[in-house]
Amino acid sequence: MKDKYEVVVGLEVHAQLLTKSKAYSSDLNEYGAHPNTNVSVVSLGHPGTLPVMNKKTIEFAIKLGLACHSEISSHQYFARKNYFYPDLPKGYQITQDKTPICTGGFIEIKGENEGQKKIGITRIHMEEDAGKSIHDVDVYDTLIDLNRAGVPLLEIVSEPDIRTSQEAYQYLTEVRKLLRYLDICDGNMEEGSLRCDANISVRLIGETDFGTKVEVKNMNSIKNVQRAIEYEVTRQIEAIEKGEKIDQETRSFDALKGITISMRTKEAANDYRYFPEPDLPPLYISVDQINEVKKTMPALPKELFVKFKTDFGLSDYDAYNLTDNKSLALYFNEVTKNTTHYKVAANLMMGEVKSYLNELGVEIDLFPISPIVIAKLSNLIAEEKVSKTVANQRIFPELLSNPNEEPIDIALRLNLLVESDENNLKSYVVQVLNENKVEKERYQNGEKQLIGFFMGQLMKVSGGKADPKQANSILRELLESSK
Amino acid sequence: MYKNFAEVKNAITSGVSVLEIVHYYLQNIEKNKECNIFLEVFSDSILTQAKLVDQKIKNKQAGRLAGLVIAIKDNICYKDHRVSASSKILKNFCSLYTSTALQRLLDEDAIVIGRTNCDEFAMGSSNENSAYGHVKNPLNLNKVPGGSSGGSAAAVIANTCTVSLGSDTGGSVRQPASFTGTFGVKPTYGRVSRFGLIAYASSFDQIGVFANTLEDTALVTEIMSGKDSLDSTCSSKQVEKYSVFEKTEKKKIAVFKEVLHNEHLTEDVKNSFSSLLNNLKNEGHEINEISFPYLDVLVPTYYVLTTAEASSNLSRFDGVHYGYRSKDAVGVEETYKKSRSEGFGIEVKRRIMSGTFVLSHGFYDAYYTKAQQVRRIIKEKTKEIFSNNDFILSPTTPNSAFEINSVKDPIQMYLQDIFTVHANLSGNPAISLPLFKDKDGFPFGLQVVANNFFEKELFSFSNYLVKFRND
Repeated sequence: MKDKYEVVVGLEVHAQLLTKSKAYSSDLNEYGAHPNTNVSVVSLGHPGTLPVMNKKTIEFAIKLGLACHSEISSHQYFARKNYFYPDLPKGYQITQDKTPICTGGFIEIKGENEGQKKIGITRIHMEEDAGKSIHDVDVYDTLIDLNRAGVPLLEIVSEPDIRTSQEAYQYLTEVRKLLRYLDICDGNMEEGSLRCDANISVRLIGETDFGTKVEVKNMNSIKNVQRAIEYEVTRQIEAIEKGEKIDQETRSFDALKGITISMRTKEAANDYRYFPEPDLPPLYISVDQINEVKKTMPALPKELFVKFKTDFGLSDYDAYNLTDNKSLALYFNEVTKNTTHYKVAANLMMGEVKSYLNELGVEIDLFPISPIVIAKLSNLIAEEKVSKTVANQRIFPELLSNPNEEPIDIALRLNLLVESDENNLKSYVVQVLNENKVEKERYQNGEKQLIGFFMGQLMKVSGGKADPKQANSILRELLESSK
Repeated sequence: MYKNFAEVKNAITSGVSVLEIVHYYLQNIEKNKECNIFLEVFSDSILTQAKLVDQKIKNKQAGRLAGLVIAIKDNICYKDHRVSASSKILKNFCSLYTSTALQRLLDEDAIVIGRTNCDEFAMGSSNENSAYGHVKNPLNLNKVPGGSSGGSAAAVIANTCTVSLGSDTGGSVRQPASFTGTFGVKPTYGRVSRFGLIAYASSFDQIGVFANTLEDTALVTEIMSGKDSLDSTCSSKQVEKYSVFEKTEKKKIAVFKEVLHNEHLTEDVKNSFSSLLNNLKNEGHEINEISFPYLDVLVPTYYVLTTAEASSNLSRFDGVHYGYRSKDAVGVEETYKKSRSEGFGIEVKRRIMSGTFVLSHGFYDAYYTKAQQVRRIIKEKTKEIFSNNDFILSPTTPNSAFEINSVKDPIQMYLQDIFTVHANLSGNPAISLPLFKDKDGFPFGLQVVANNFFEKELFSFSNYLVKFRND
């Protein structure tokens, strides 16, 4: 039954910006401050106060617009969106209505099959956050914290190009990655610094008109956006199959029950009475200004992905994993400046380095070993001066406690360099064959797969140092010759 | 005595203390109690401030305005002092900060004697819309002082302060100046910071000055003006020395035919204005009678746009964070409805409703968008007039002060602003000069409008015009 239908989703994402001060006042913008401490008369909406535009917000909006291939509008004005709510002390929100700072553009996501898919961006505009209503602290009253009132936001509105809940998941992951790469939003959905509303509808496949859309709110993780879409799609299809009409309404996602609940219908919707904000002059953005911002643009995930793939010959999988996190990607980029053994270095990053970070739950900026040292270790492995096992199990842990020591010095100090002296290798082989007479006989009787066993033993007695290729040939030679 | 800053300064030079001058003004406040000019006299702080200024004078550290005693309209914020916009909804509200314009005066050692009554949220033309009772014109207690800054105008003519501050959104300084025979100026939009002025209509509001002399009007304007990092609509243009008047050359003066022949003009106003124009012609100035066919749409355009902005600006008074909250409201919805219904007066509610209507879905284009287009045309037309003329002259008001309770129809009341709203729609600086008297001896003003940011020329020409004062 579901196969008859196509899912149509558009997402509205609100990103809180990492500016030092608020959007229209010099009040501090910081998460987690004691309630109602970052509130001057402007944030409190006291009579006679006026907004003053924070230039950082504009710069951040231009950055995101450039990253999304949007057009940056040269002439724009701010608007007031009027509604009453206790955590909105002015009784209106300063936003952009008819003239968003960015229009058009797209964000690329991983498609269903290996390929990429472009999700269109309708607009990106600047606005301010409201305060926070806290319902669960006081038994009788709702408490209001206005620290968040006036915090700058970018609203990113996508085209209804998303066709599955998985694509929505991918899209949000990419949006968050971009925001983090640009260093303009920390992208924390649990803390609410990144929020998402989904416009969801379904239609019969082949139908060109859109179905009636339902807006779903209150999803505090990317996973929950996916769950909400899945629930909502099923609900809508079942309703249509039963012959019911879909109401245009706003619904809230209940993460515990995994369902959406009706909040308000379209008829009950506010008339926001948008009009140009008279307290802020119109905003002009020059080509020079855009070019200035362009100069400060960091490398974006897509660029690094392509670089890692084409310049370093890494697989899609490796390149994707290494660019997933900005600081990790930049770290790896540094590593590659001191080694050409990219695959070896990539393996080190995704193996030992990542598991160390995961274990401690920290970002790479707290990782003690410098990129140049990781590069040197990669070179030792690639040049077969130490074995991979020795590198991972002996040198890496040693580096963690002595990050300033050269890997080669550690190898020398601990006697970990690959053993390639033929006489020494021979004596290891002899020792192994003497200690494993039964297996030796079985091998000589035809169980050739036991070569692996002997190699394992050989590594054990050599402390992992034996040059595997050389040792292997000596081993075979002695096994054959002593028949 | 102490009718202007020059008299105050002379007195100080001859050894009178600021404290004594303040006591003199306090006595006059007492004498004029019946006029209901002051909502609050800052008796404690003014005496402390006066002593401080006396000390500074003694130490030769006093600022340019030492000795100047000002009264402020009740919509201008002054730290740790109450400000209510003459509304019940802000009764006992105390400001946490001082407005930029006032702060600049305080920095030059001006001191504030109290806050003056006005129309609620500056909405009115007669000062009959105050939640704290109407203001009587000190020249005749049966007449209105004009509005909305009626209290500030009355304060100056009753000699209860040296100068006063008002605000002008559609004529709220110039019209009461006309009715009280005082000087009243509205600077160019963006000349004086609006930070700390309780907003009525943000793209129209400007703080203005009342005084008994042009010198004081110009000096206070000069000191208040200029760039403010807290108001991004405030211009960064350099402030000239307004208080130094230049000699007037022959000027080109525009007069609108639609004003000269306006049906609302009283005989006295019409005659006085015509004879002034004759005098100016005789002195060699060029008088250009031009057609300004937008006169009739000025007031409707003004009301659509100002009520729209007001409906939004006044949303913050909702009983939640500060100000009046209805006692018996249950829940947030009822708190809004009851607090606002009980807290706002009838005229304010009328304008909030009108403004909400013109911004509503389905009516927006017919009213708000249209009015914005008209405003743009008026601005362009005005610019064009000033490309060929130095000033526009008109009577400030079509009549002199009217009797209290005599204008009951709000539309009739709105027509009081017919000559003044133009300068607010276009942003131009305008002043009302107390040149005229009607047959009963009541004053009315001449309005001079200048090009944007031509305050220097406006004051200099006004200084020339004062010689035509008919006392």
